[in-house]
Amino acid sequence: MALDEATMRKIARLARIRLNDGEVKPFAAELDGLLGWIEQLSEVDTAGVAPMTSVVAMKLPQRADRVTDGGDAAAILANAPETVDGYFVVPKVVE
Amino acid sequence: MSDNLIQGETGAWEVVIGMEVHAQVASKAKLFSGASTAFGAAPNSQVSLVDAAMPGMLPVINAECVRQAVLTGLGLKAAINLVSVFDRKNYFYPDLPSGYQISQYKQPIVGEGVLVLDLKDGGQRAIAIERLHLEQDAGKSLHDQHPSKTYIDLNRAGAALMEIVSKPDLRSGEEAAAYLEKMRSILRYIGSCDGNMQEGSMRADVNVSVRKPGGPLGTRCEIKNVNSLRFVRQAVEYEARRQIELLEGGGTVTQETRLFDSGAGTTRTMRSKEEAHDYRYFPDPDLLPLELDAAWVEKLKAGLPELPDEKKQRFVGDYGLSAYDAGVLVAERATADFFETVVDPKGKKRDPKQAANWVLSELFGRLHKDGKDIAQSPVSAENLGGLLDLLADATLSGRLAKDVFAAMFDSRRPAADIVAERGLKQVTDTGALSAAVEQVLAANPTQVAQYRAGQTKVIGFLVGQVMKATSGKANPQAVNALLHKALG
Amino acid sequence: MTTEMTLTQARAALAQRKISARELTTAHLAAIENAKVLNAFITLTAERALAMADASDARLKRGEGGLLEGAPLAIKDLFCTQGVRTTAGSKILDGFTPPYESTVSAKLWQAGAVMLGKANLDEFAMGSSNMTSAYGPVINPWKAKSGPAKGRDLVPGGSSGGSASAVAARLALGATGTDTGGSIRQPAAFCGITGIKPTYGRCSRWGIVAFASSLDQAGAFARTVEDTALLLRAMAGHDPKDSTSAAIPVPDYAAGLNGGVKGLRVGIPKEYRVDGMPEAIDKLWVKGAEWLKAGGAEIVEVSLPHTKYALPCYYIVAPAEASSNLARYDGVRFGLRVPADDLIGQYEATRAAGFGREVKRRILIGTYVLSAGYYDAYYLQAQKVRARIAEDFTKAYERCDVILTPTAPSAAFAIGDQLDDPIAMYLNDVFTVPASLAGLPGISVPAGLDAHGLPLGLQLLGRAFDETTVLRAAKALEDAAAFTHRPEPLP
Repeated sequence: MALDEATMRKIARLARIRLNDGEVKPFAAELDGLLGWIEQLSEVDTAGVAPMTSVVAMKLPQRADRVTDGGDAAAILANAPETVDGYFVVPKVVE
Repeated sequence: MSDNLIQGETGAWEVVIGMEVHAQVASKAKLFSGASTAFGAAPNSQVSLVDAAMPGMLPVINAECVRQAVLTGLGLKAAINLVSVFDRKNYFYPDLPSGYQISQYKQPIVGEGVLVLDLKDGGQRAIAIERLHLEQDAGKSLHDQHPSKTYIDLNRAGAALMEIVSKPDLRSGEEAAAYLEKMRSILRYIGSCDGNMQEGSMRADVNVSVRKPGGPLGTRCEIKNVNSLRFVRQAVEYEARRQIELLEGGGTVTQETRLFDSGAGTTRTMRSKEEAHDYRYFPDPDLLPLELDAAWVEKLKAGLPELPDEKKQRFVGDYGLSAYDAGVLVAERATADFFETVVDPKGKKRDPKQAANWVLSELFGRLHKDGKDIAQSPVSAENLGGLLDLLADATLSGRLAKDVFAAMFDSRRPAADIVAERGLKQVTDTGALSAAVEQVLAANPTQVAQYRAGQTKVIGFLVGQVMKATSGKANPQAVNALLHKALG
Repeated sequence: MTTEMTLTQARAALAQRKISARELTTAHLAAIENAKVLNAFITLTAERALAMADASDARLKRGEGGLLEGAPLAIKDLFCTQGVRTTAGSKILDGFTPPYESTVSAKLWQAGAVMLGKANLDEFAMGSSNMTSAYGPVINPWKAKSGPAKGRDLVPGGSSGGSASAVAARLALGATGTDTGGSIRQPAAFCGITGIKPTYGRCSRWGIVAFASSLDQAGAFARTVEDTALLLRAMAGHDPKDSTSAAIPVPDYAAGLNGGVKGLRVGIPKEYRVDGMPEAIDKLWVKGAEWLKAGGAEIVEVSLPHTKYALPCYYIVAPAEASSNLARYDGVRFGLRVPADDLIGQYEATRAAGFGREVKRRILIGTYVLSAGYYDAYYLQAQKVRARIAEDFTKAYERCDVILTPTAPSAAFAIGDQLDDPIAMYLNDVFTVPASLAGLPGISVPAGLDAHGLPLGLQLLGRAFDETTVLRAAKALEDAAAFTHRPEPLP
């Protein structure tokens, strides 16, 4: 199998999703199967083709430099699992 | 450059430094949201739904941030990329709400440029700029508010930053600090960043490595968030010594991110950055490529203000100032403007060297003592010019002028008012001075004899005596002439 | 009062004051109550619906009223609704109540529509069967009259399964959906109704929980083409809050609907004739072409040579974008948090508990294809192939005005089938994904039944921002097919 368990664990770690020991193998197998199927894309001759950067043919719109938002800390914090004095709170991070 | 080498036990080492300056773009609203960028607000009060990465929120770019980035690029004599792309840099951190930072990776808005470093010895060195790109700032994590919690404030999250990356062209802590200072000067001239390092508007990550002179580049460490010129010097010096000691002790330098501890003046491994990173950059599908109009860029270029290097050159060429004086005067646009107002108010040209001296020594000295900057100067450029006029037409002697300046500084009034009020007008009338000269000659026969015996230097003493006798109001040139005549 | 009338009929009845918005809404709420077994809704907003209906009645009484005044609709629970729980079908958004309203839903309320509730969907719109919802599968109101699925509950398709099921079962006059790779068109086909995905950029994405930003597009379900056109008109339009929203005026889609297809060139892409496709679908496709031809259209064979690469391309691009879009679900600012001693532990525990298996699978594959050393081979190559696929369409539209294909390679299947094999499940979208990759508009129209009495849909694709032509052709197809079948009413 091309996608081994160590790689699977590494990817899960990058994605911040904990996998149980029992989940690693099946996920690795499924992903490996998908990657094998996806592999066929390499058949397509894409020499000189620019990768698609936008679906719509338009220019990036720009907005004026005006303060139009913010000023409502209560709305920003309303759904948070934990807050103190207007701050979001997480377990201590060691820098 | 040899004086930049550091002596270790095994010989000389060369320090190689590259800088990444993060400068907050001077804009009212954030890069991709309409929340305010003002400093010092209550936590999470300047946060839009976009900044908090609420589900379904989308970025829309702030035109002013684009304009400022292009202006800055032009100020750094850099290539402006008419097409640039915003990418997502993916990593998890609580002050990065969306789990990715919108940045520019492969196609930045500004390409290669240059920054001229003014060296201590009066020389200059060009430091190559690799790129400038626009990106979002992160929020602020407070680690010291609670023993087991970190508090998050997103007010800064999403503010526009310009990341300006140099090539590894710097060779000492001194140079690194000078680079940062010059960068700050340019950004402030352009108005694209207020350069306030205390408030975090400008921060530097410093990449440091050491090598034997002429040898291959060593492994570098990145020192994060160094936020003053002094700290840059300290951080580089400490880090270079650390790496040299490590290498000379038979160890190797590990490529890593380190944090500068400003209290201790040391650097240490950043635990949060220990894990190998894989940022998974890809073009942000919520945004399209940023396309700039070439004519628009040209228009910005034409409207660029005169920048410190050009101004310095002009001050040396047009005003005959020394490179050093010119350099100090142009470091801040406000100072340079002040100086030019003193020298050259419409049509009236004052002595530039004298003006420079007064600005640099008297004015700066007093401002420094009072902890004020040029914008807060109680003596306006117009009033300082007025004082210089009174010197030029011999109304005031140099000594009197200093007294008048002090009074101007305290009272904010023009020189002429103070002179009139205190009767400080210099005495140039020959008749009035002759009496004082005769008195002094009579009272100092020894010095008169010495002069006549050929010790002509003694005349200075005699002039001083006359000045004293007239409470400093006598015109020194007139006194000099009268004495010479009397001593014949 | 029944809930049988179409949106167009209801508008007329409301305007003539033959019925009140309150009566209409009450009838739909009762129908929903009676159809709980379908699990089409995650959240019902009965009180709000009645209040909105009363407001509509007041406006109608004054002779005012918007395009959709008093029309009760289901809103896919991917649209954020202010003050109403929004789940995206996921546990990770547990307890989340948006302090904002999505642009599309806001436009509907502005047009006078009434919100019945939030429709069930595949978790984060990832799925083709509505079986990945954390709130349980949705059941298709249709039942197989014979065959292996007889007697079993069928899937409504996905990801907008709740919306499609609700409209088919007469629980709502219409519904919003979102379509990333077929999530409107495929469930419309499975449920025997009409569903349109407009051009990418036509409807604002602001306030819609993102799955794959370069593909996601809002659209509408209804029981007729005309109703669909009305809904789309109310939903579409430029939004300065979405940088990918097109500043192109929205035409009155319903106006030219009966213009017919005379002279219209209808492309039949030969690459869509896939192995193992049920005969009934192939036959219906041929019939569809004949109907249009009979209406005066010219049938031309076109080629979309990169069709077979569309699915693998999609399964790189969509998961890659999703892996990044779903990073914000970290238990810090909203939604589920599973506490742990350290931050990384908390992230990992929260996301392990909050995301279902399919979502995890897609985040993991997306993370993999973007990771160092793989980006060029997977993501970059996929975006190049995507450019090829878009180019295929551009070339095809030199020879035709619309493209006719089947919507899906099968009719609705039984709940539980296909779940074990992700690739087999992904193949449901084989006919819908290519247009999604190219950002083009597409509609599914119910056109016939298979041998077991289950509905089948035909898909019409159009040029960018030419929904008008797509809808006009769809109307002609609808008229010719005269599809009057409907699921058995619930007891």
